[in-house]
Amino acid sequence: MRSKFYTPFLYLLSALIIIVCVFPFYWAIVSSLKTGSDLFKVEFWPAHLTFSNFIEIFKEQPFGHNILNSVFVAVGTVSISLMLAITASYALGRVRFRGRSALLLSILSISMFPQVAILSGMFELIRTLGLYNNLLGLIFSYMTFTLPFTTWILTTFMKQLPKEIEEAAIIDGASTLTICTKIFLPLLWPALVTTGLLAFIAAWNEFLYALTLTVESQSRTIPVAIALMTGASEFELPWGKIMAASVVVTLPLIVLVLIFQRRIVSGLTAGAVKG
Amino acid sequence: MPTLVVLFLVAGWPLLRTLWFSFTDTSLSDLKGGQFVGVDNFFYLFEDSTWRQSFKNTVIFAAISVSLETIFGLIIALVLNAHFKGRGWLRTAVLIPWAIPTIISAKMWGWILHDVYGVLNEILIFCHIIKEPLAWTASPKLAMVSVVLVDVWKTTPFMALLLLAGLQLLPQECFEAARVDGIHPLRVFWRVTLPLLKPAITVAVIFRSLDALRIFDLIYVLTSGSVETVSMSVYARQQLFDFQSVGIGSAAATLLFFIISLATLGFLMTGGLKQDK
Repeated sequence: MRSKFYTPFLYLLSALIIIVCVFPFYWAIVSSLKTGSDLFKVEFWPAHLTFSNFIEIFKEQPFGHNILNSVFVAVGTVSISLMLAITASYALGRVRFRGRSALLLSILSISMFPQVAILSGMFELIRTLGLYNNLLGLIFSYMTFTLPFTTWILTTFMKQLPKEIEEAAIIDGASTLTICTKIFLPLLWPALVTTGLLAFIAAWNEFLYALTLTVESQSRTIPVAIALMTGASEFELPWGKIMAASVVVTLPLIVLVLIFQRRIVSGLTAGAVKG
Repeated sequence: MPTLVVLFLVAGWPLLRTLWFSFTDTSLSDLKGGQFVGVDNFFYLFEDSTWRQSFKNTVIFAAISVSLETIFGLIIALVLNAHFKGRGWLRTAVLIPWAIPTIISAKMWGWILHDVYGVLNEILIFCHIIKEPLAWTASPKLAMVSVVLVDVWKTTPFMALLLLAGLQLLPQECFEAARVDGIHPLRVFWRVTLPLLKPAITVAVIFRSLDALRIFDLIYVLTSGSVETVSMSVYARQQLFDFQSVGIGSAAATLLFFIISLATLGFLMTGGLKQDK
């Protein structure tokens, strides 16, 4: 672009970045396709392909169950927090009232505080509510981090919508509820997809609460199941199976990210830079 | 507003309960039976060498990994901001580490860094950089290096995206003027890009630092929370559930909460002052 030396350098740097980013995932795929002593040989493409690791994680471990758990928790968290966040962001983004920005800031600060700071209180609360070792308890606790940032991002989007549309609707005699559902919702649709996706990923990846608030392997979510996966003996980790499980879980996530990459980038930056 | 009620219920109430627990000698088996003990738990923490170690580890970890992430993130953002063919591929590749769950990236790297069968040792030996395999995650000296390495790999993309968004908001006129004047690109970077990008860098660094100070899952999985790498979050959870002492664990959690709040205030003050100038 600028000089003859510059362009090849740019490509070289890009190639290096791509290799560093992709290699660990590639290595996990390669390792997941090997078993037995093959696993311990370093080869960049397996000589003997086998899918036995993939079959075994579903047969020997309640891994199918864990996936369903994660899907249930993530979908539940996303739907509830989006519903709550829409109403909240309408108030924060549209209605002018005193202390609005202070309220917005304190909501944001909740998403920044350390999860461990409320862990013992949360544990007691979940116990009292009888939701211990229950997926509903996980959805409940995940609200602590999804609700603040969905509200925050949706408020930013809500503020960008032109005020004239709303005023026109008010003049036409539409109620607040109609304005919300008939006018803002269609306009906010892209923002909702972005925010929902970010909340989904956050809930899907969460570890600390999932580890603390469930006990049986049946009710674990995927991150906990993978972290606690053990082999025949305590000291021998089943690396092939762990890699297989990692690939199974990560592949759909990566596909999702690739499809929605523009939206994700805009959502991440809307939450941070414009704040 | 229902959201506020829910937020108070899920975040405010547990926070208050944790604060209360930190002044009691509650144990995990009997949550109701705790007695008020004042600030004893906090004195215990200050005298406990493991807690002091965890404090040191967390601060060192946050400082090193956030600095490295800023440098690498800036490089990636600059490359992504340049116009060349195949830029889409690069952005796609950069999003992969961000999309992989922390636990899974910890496991993947755990396997790559494996002391006997790990591929990294193999590659380094092949390139004659090291002579014999290193125990990346187990040896006291290297464990922290591994944690930083994996964290940098995992979160640099996030940093790069934030900085890229900042770069794209910069006024193009400045760069055109510099080009017309024939100023060397490196000089443009130091004199024009960097000063203009400062607000975006500040925001990104604040976000990442607050996040790094509460690190838990990566350390818990990669090095099983060994003393050399134990972070304040890991320490608090160990006290709470492995040693069953809710009082001390809550005190450690409360302390972390205050440290992070102080850091936030500090960042806001310095950030705000700079913007006034």
